[in-house]
Amino acid sequence: MTTTVVQKEGPAAVTARPTLGSHVRNYVGRVRGGDIGALPAVLGLVVLCTVFSIMRPSFLTAGNFANLFTQGAAVTLIAMGLVFVLLLGEIDLSAGFASGVCAAVLANVVTVLGYPWYVAVLAAVATGVVIGTALGFLVAKIGIPSFVVTLAGFLAFQGIVLMLMKEGTNISVRDDVLVAIANRNLAPTLGWLLATVAVAGYAAVQLLRHRNRSARGLVTDPVTVVFARIAGLALILGVAVFILNLERSRNVLVVSLKGVPIVVPIIAALLVLWTFVLQRTSYGRHIYAVGGNKEAARRAGINVDRIRISVFMICSSMAAVGGIVAASRANSVDPNTGGSNVLLYAVGAAVIGGTSLFGGKGRVLDAVLGGAVVAVIDNGMGLMGYSSGVKYVVTGVVLLLAASVDAFSRRRSTATGSR
Amino acid sequence: MSATPLLELRGIDKSFGPVQVLRDVAFAAHPGEVTALVGDNGAGKSTLVKCISGIYPTDAGEFLFDGRPVTINSPRDAAALGIEVVYQDLALCDNLDIVQNMFLGREKRSGLVLDEPTMEQMAAETLAGLSVRTVKSLRQHVSSLSGGQRQTVAIAKAVLWNSKLVILDEPTAALGVAQTAQVLELVRRLADNGLAVVLISHNMNDVFAVSDRIAALYLGQMVAQVKTTDITHAQVVELITAGRSGALGLATDSGNGGNGHGAEPAGSTSGGVR
Repeated sequence: MTTTVVQKEGPAAVTARPTLGSHVRNYVGRVRGGDIGALPAVLGLVVLCTVFSIMRPSFLTAGNFANLFTQGAAVTLIAMGLVFVLLLGEIDLSAGFASGVCAAVLANVVTVLGYPWYVAVLAAVATGVVIGTALGFLVAKIGIPSFVVTLAGFLAFQGIVLMLMKEGTNISVRDDVLVAIANRNLAPTLGWLLATVAVAGYAAVQLLRHRNRSARGLVTDPVTVVFARIAGLALILGVAVFILNLERSRNVLVVSLKGVPIVVPIIAALLVLWTFVLQRTSYGRHIYAVGGNKEAARRAGINVDRIRISVFMICSSMAAVGGIVAASRANSVDPNTGGSNVLLYAVGAAVIGGTSLFGGKGRVLDAVLGGAVVAVIDNGMGLMGYSSGVKYVVTGVVLLLAASVDAFSRRRSTATGSR
Repeated sequence: MSATPLLELRGIDKSFGPVQVLRDVAFAAHPGEVTALVGDNGAGKSTLVKCISGIYPTDAGEFLFDGRPVTINSPRDAAALGIEVVYQDLALCDNLDIVQNMFLGREKRSGLVLDEPTMEQMAAETLAGLSVRTVKSLRQHVSSLSGGQRQTVAIAKAVLWNSKLVILDEPTAALGVAQTAQVLELVRRLADNGLAVVLISHNMNDVFAVSDRIAALYLGQMVAQVKTTDITHAQVVELITAGRSGALGLATDSGNGGNGHGAEPAGSTSGGVR
């Protein structure tokens, strides 16, 4: 748990209550020791947003703010799945085209075969599960390096998308529900309601944990920190919902455009779900253990192969979700869905957010933060009129920067012994 | 000191193909005592430990646990009896904290969710029971611990599960002087808490510092198992290197005899090998 970072005198002794000061000092100490977490991503976001806002005032509009979410959604969702694979120190290069295959299945089921949207969604996610199982089996049971297995997948899935697309034509997705995912917004009141529920839920979890721990005489975070966290979340959600509820339409008489994009609560729900799985269940704990020391995990009785297969299943399923969102946003699926930069943006998002390429370290939240950075770069550079050539180069440089921050912090933490 | 050993092995044979690694080995570990298992490289110490912990099946011989005959076919069987092994490479996950490591693979849950407060409390109690005061926070990552502290965590992990017999494989091999003293103190405390402890070590100083009995293996044979107070430093070294020392150890010629020192209490094994 990241929440307990406080000092303690003796393990069993009733300990001095940590203060706000010691909490902050601890955090600074950890950052200096190389445990920087999501700090680079957050700083990067602030810097990028400031720069783009100054250079292009149109960056800082409600309309563009809403665009950021729909533009970054697919990559972020794929990155969330990739975090699981990266936690084991593996890689999934096929996630991009896996999302393409799943999107193609979705389009075929809903448009060509004419089934309802939920059947299509189920078929797409099931395709993701099958793909992930196959990849995981080849990696864990046959013992082929994940790099090779998923590189082969990258090529093969590209071909499968082409075949499903009848050699290059695209299939449109016209189903109302599917189109709504990335193109419609929640009613403003519903946005406020969901934000309130989220903050209340977070507050309840935090306060209950605090009360439970202090009742048992365990070390807790200072109450001020707990409240600061809750207030921070409330502030961020409040501002975001407020801005998204502003009228974004150029001409209100023609069409009104306001509210939180539907894809935002979808991402938020998956973020909560996977964070819960990673942080609060023994399955999640075992993923970290296998990523940290496979042999130790094996000796502790953890079924390492099963964990390895399962993370590929999660990754490909999340790729399927990303593919559905991409299909929804484009209103169609074409042979390039999930291709070109999607995979590298997704890997970049996870790494920029602070997930280590060396395994054992990372959170699902990293994918969301990193996905935001990638989306801001993509969006801001576009507004400034740079060609996609420049965008690729800049994103590549940012990915390299993030990877070197990862490598440096790792070196630093081996030197100082904290990680 | 009790008369019946917690674990008693009799006539253990173990071969890997044509190589006989253990030959008619007898071994006993008593509750409340530290039994040092010594021997040169290749003498069969690790193999013996792996037989006890269920990793290797034995070819012949019997296991008595608490006086009852038992069969140990897998590490699970050993763990069920209360036998825990702390291996030399510790098997800790650097990216997890102390509590997470101690409960790895055996997490406490309430429903679907990990029960962190209970685990933290149990870990704190276990460490307190071992009088460990050197760790700052139970929630610090194992990577930030010193070698001695890591060894402490590994030992505490083994003790957490109400184990009765703890086998330590070279716990001080990679440690400095102060940390070695710390770990040896902990080993002693385990025995004082009533556990049977088997300590594998190359270091004679460690062996004489904490052990109650010394069992010496020589080329797969148990050449002596005697009380530490009844043997000298030099004799142990002779037993390790030559398989005998005066009246102790292997007989001069191939015959019988050469039995262990007469200092054993009745009913316990003296390790003379025929």
